[in-house]
Amino acid sequence: MAEVLEKEDIIINTMASLPPTSTKTTDQPAVKKITAESINCYFGKVHALKNISFAIPEHSVVAIIGPSGCGKSTFLRSINRMHELIPDSRITGKLTLDGDDIYAMDAVVVRKRIGMVFQKPNPFPTMSIFDNVSAGLRMNGMRDKKALAEIVEKSLKQAALWNEVKDSLSKSGISLSGGQQQRLCIARTLAVSPEVILMDEPASALDPISTAKIEELIYELKKDYTIAIVTHNMQQAARVSDYTAFFYMGELIEYDSTKSIFTIPKKKQTEDYITGRFG
Amino acid sequence: MDVSPELQKTVSPKSFSWNFGDTVFKYLTQFFASLVLLMILLMAYEMYASSSLSIQKFGWSFLTSSEWDPVMDKYGALPFIYGTLVSSLLALVIALPLGIGIAVFLVELAPKWLERPFSFTVELLAGIPSIVYGLWGFFIMVPWLRSTVEPFFSKHVGFIPLFEGAPYGVGMMAAGVILSIMILPIIASISRDVLKAVPISQKEAALALGSTRWEATRIGLSYSRSGIIGATILGLGRALGETMAVTMVIGNRPVIKASLLEPGYTMASVLANEFTEATSEMYISALIEIALVLFVVALLVNASARLLVWSFTRNSDTGGRL
Repeated sequence: MAEVLEKEDIIINTMASLPPTSTKTTDQPAVKKITAESINCYFGKVHALKNISFAIPEHSVVAIIGPSGCGKSTFLRSINRMHELIPDSRITGKLTLDGDDIYAMDAVVVRKRIGMVFQKPNPFPTMSIFDNVSAGLRMNGMRDKKALAEIVEKSLKQAALWNEVKDSLSKSGISLSGGQQQRLCIARTLAVSPEVILMDEPASALDPISTAKIEELIYELKKDYTIAIVTHNMQQAARVSDYTAFFYMGELIEYDSTKSIFTIPKKKQTEDYITGRFG
Repeated sequence: MDVSPELQKTVSPKSFSWNFGDTVFKYLTQFFASLVLLMILLMAYEMYASSSLSIQKFGWSFLTSSEWDPVMDKYGALPFIYGTLVSSLLALVIALPLGIGIAVFLVELAPKWLERPFSFTVELLAGIPSIVYGLWGFFIMVPWLRSTVEPFFSKHVGFIPLFEGAPYGVGMMAAGVILSIMILPIIASISRDVLKAVPISQKEAALALGSTRWEATRIGLSYSRSGIIGATILGLGRALGETMAVTMVIGNRPVIKASLLEPGYTMASVLANEFTEATSEMYISALIEIALVLFVVALLVNASARLLVWSFTRNSDTGGRL
């Protein structure tokens, strides 16, 4: 019980000490876009997430850091119910999006509202660039060519890819470089206009220049979206995020503003990790 | 490059000397590989040479004439070519959706405990000898077609030329159905393998966009389309050459009829049926020319299939996947 209270404290403290990071939320308390209440996740007998309680404020970037196997990707995937693809997975606890229970909603609806960008760029190889970006919309039954073209252009601009591909929209999506492919995947995610974007190590397979582009992009995107990003790269977490959560062995050790985590971490484990003593 | 002599010795003991074993191995395998090519060329040549009599007499009209009259020594192969192509295509039309459906079920929907035995059963179908299919087709399927299926078609869509005429049972439809059962395991099991090989990241990408299971499956199908085309072609290849089962149910009449209820004849069937009774030299020569045509048709189908798969993989720049 004491532990639960402590977790609650973390959230309350975090929410109270939220610095005014986003322009849109300066004069109002940050809205909790996603909240997790004592989430436990099991894969067969493995207890992958232990009693995670957590909140992601609207229009902010939350970085999730931690050593490999700490459950950070699992947590990210539990938010848009991607963990359900793995047989024998089981989750307890409550996860809400704008106060609605995510596990009570239709998974298809959840994933339309919470988009995801993956570690390795995964464009659809049989589709053109245009078709890749419009894939989600076409799946939702949108047939209006003009509207599709508008959204494709807007999404590609948002993903900072438009100038590079505007003359070759009919080319195959996988004719692009790795960094471009990842931005294509981001554009594809943006096209279905989700509210939240989950990013699972989106730059870990990319070169430094592409990484910098993706990071800039994340900074731009938080004006319109709420973003949670899993990363192995602590400098990246420090650069792009407003809040940072440190996971270790399936537990949420510390969650605070990124500044506090990287300057005055409250837990010794956090300090050890960010100073490179383990992990 | 300062490499000590001892090290050089251990690294490349024979780099400049002639390696007898490797050379023998290379030429031996090269010889084995060239045997395949040689065999095809030799077969083509033999058939061409043995059918020269009929080629000289009938020329191209052998391919365009429908007259097959051994008594008058007049031979035209069109009904057989037509029968082979139509029965094979009919088999594809039936087996392709079924096969893909089975593959999708096994890969995407079937519970784990069902997938194994089900896949095994499908593959078991491929191991049944064609004479068994033929017997089953003749004694069970044909009567069923005659009494139930074909009357149903004549009654409801009989005005379409495709389903005109009296329900004989034996005929093009029976051949198509029996062929479809025979090629189903090929199409289903290869499609299952290529669908299984679709990376999970593709499925995740689709689902993360808010796609339903069906839409994610369609992404998987589109990803593996070149493999599925390959499976289809293999199935078609088997259907074109299948002899025994077709001979037993197609009715063996060298006519070209639009209706699927009418009897027909295929190239493979006419060879199986008539080579023992071919008495005149011209008759034998004509039969061998049919074999040559079947050979060429099969080669063409396979080549065009390769081309199709190749153009698909090239368009999507997948770097030789499948």
